[in-house]
Amino acid sequence: MAEIKNYTMNFGPQHPAAHGVLRLVLELDGEVIQRADPHIGLLHRATEKLAEHKTFLQSVPYMDRLDYVSMMMNEHAYVMAIEKLAGIEVPVRAQYIRVMFDEITRILNHLLWLGASALDVGAMSPMFYTFREREDLMDAYEAVSGARMHAAYYRPGGVYRDLPDTMPQYKASKIHNAEAVKKLNENRQGSLLDFLEDFCNRFPANVDDYETLLTDNRIFKQRTVGIGVVTPERAMALGFTGPMLRGSGVVWDLRKKQPYEVYDRIDFDIPVGVEGDCYDRYVVRVEEMRQSNRIIKQCIDWLRQNPGPVMTSDPKFGPPKRESMKQNMEELIHHFKHFTEGFHVPAGEVYSAVEHAKGEFGIYLVSDGANKPYRMKIRAPGFAHLSSLDEMTRGHMIADVVAVIGTQDIVFGEIDR
Amino acid sequence: MATDLNILSSNLNEAFSGKVVSLEERLGELTLVVKSGDMLGVFTRLRDDADLRFEELVDVCGIDYSTYGSELCEDGKYLPDAPREGARFAAVYHLLSVSHNVRLRVRVFADDDAMPVLNTVTGIWPSANWYEREAFDLYGIIFVGHPDLRRILTDYGFVGNPFRKDFPLSGTVEMRYDAAQQRVIYEPVTLEPREITPRTMREENYGRS
Repeated sequence: MAEIKNYTMNFGPQHPAAHGVLRLVLELDGEVIQRADPHIGLLHRATEKLAEHKTFLQSVPYMDRLDYVSMMMNEHAYVMAIEKLAGIEVPVRAQYIRVMFDEITRILNHLLWLGASALDVGAMSPMFYTFREREDLMDAYEAVSGARMHAAYYRPGGVYRDLPDTMPQYKASKIHNAEAVKKLNENRQGSLLDFLEDFCNRFPANVDDYETLLTDNRIFKQRTVGIGVVTPERAMALGFTGPMLRGSGVVWDLRKKQPYEVYDRIDFDIPVGVEGDCYDRYVVRVEEMRQSNRIIKQCIDWLRQNPGPVMTSDPKFGPPKRESMKQNMEELIHHFKHFTEGFHVPAGEVYSAVEHAKGEFGIYLVSDGANKPYRMKIRAPGFAHLSSLDEMTRGHMIADVVAVIGTQDIVFGEIDR
Repeated sequence: MATDLNILSSNLNEAFSGKVVSLEERLGELTLVVKSGDMLGVFTRLRDDADLRFEELVDVCGIDYSTYGSELCEDGKYLPDAPREGARFAAVYHLLSVSHNVRLRVRVFADDDAMPVLNTVTGIWPSANWYEREAFDLYGIIFVGHPDLRRILTDYGFVGNPFRKDFPLSGTVEMRYDAAQQRVIYEPVTLEPREITPRTMREENYGRS
């Protein structure tokens, strides 16, 4: 009989199912994976080294570019680290705005994940529906920061500015005539909060729609049930966090267990899986979207009733007010120093983590008292998840690799940093 | 949280009496420093002891302390203004106990500056695998006993440890497509090192009279 040898196959880095620039070297026995060796670093930009050469404020936009599908959450961990180290008090209104935008970001992330991972296992249509909803949330990003994706909206000490009272409007063009534009602008007549409330009211029905497409879909279940099973003990040993850990049945959510900002004042539930397979992680993430929607609603109610400052009044960390800067010499100097030399953060070290859409996103910041960080380490959730790809795919078929990559919610901006 | 940390720090002192180099609490976070010779025993106990039970290794971070506290700059490079006491390289481990809901930071210095060597903790937490590869790649810290200590983030065939403080921000080589040779070639960098915002320090209580 002929001797059958394992053979090695290269997958990526330019493959549509690789979710970016993942290169996999797969060792196969027929169609069964014997070993998977992910090669990462093709998107390595040395963000951490760059941050050592930038002032604390200048690094905020770099954070957006780490996990580029959940931008504001990355900023959140970073500004929280600075605030903790420097002892900056953040106004409560800014904390509510941050929580609201964190949850908007979580929905943004999960919508993209839902569309992309369903597409990976063969369901084309959810992608179109999820991107329709993402568009509205991107508009909310644009309304507060001017940018659809890379917002740089959170700043050490608060947020850049208060929520706008008007929403940007569509204008008539060759494609949309005046009547069509009027219909598009219907829910944009009020403030940003009105627009978001309208979104929150229709979003649960949209999630129901996605679920009718996938949850009981026979093909989708065949591709995900029993694939990439991780036991709770193993999930902890492998450093899993977020939906990956909860999908295995471990009740762990930083928003509940180590609450930051105002999460302890907000009412929401944590969904937990049972089997620890791809399907359970899908169910967990879908339920998280519904819970995020609940949190956004509570934030809208609070923000409507409680106007106030959104930036710390500490002149050493917050920029001076525009009006006083135009009239007052001292304030002008403060403004100039704030945006050129930057502020100095006391020597020390701090680790701040947020419950990111993908897991625990942490920033370990070491300062020696200068205007730049001495060392900044980004703890990316996807890094730990991808390192377990070998274990999760071993013994599965080639086609299941794609389902596992999908369920891990890989984004290379944060893994390669 | 504060009482949890007090309990944890007394538990740590009890469990590792004689092995603790320092144990301090700042900003609500506990930092434990142990010697590199003791690290494996300490980490195993941290995971298995019922009062500690750190099931998750959240992060491993390499650090180069060679220019800590310096603001002297020459050719875009910061120089150590005084010879530092203590070792240059350290690995910082962030541990998380899911059952007790506490975090702990453990710092282990590598004794030899010229060839930093530490023990691997992949046998205790499998998640350390890639984190140690990263610290090896970026700082050149060697983890003895690691099953697969290869470079992870830098290019294939990369030379040097890019996150060391003496490695230039612009790197040492640049890459372009050469039409004559019809392939991608590497050349020494042509970028001039420049610094737009210099690194500055402030004396104590500056601006807060």
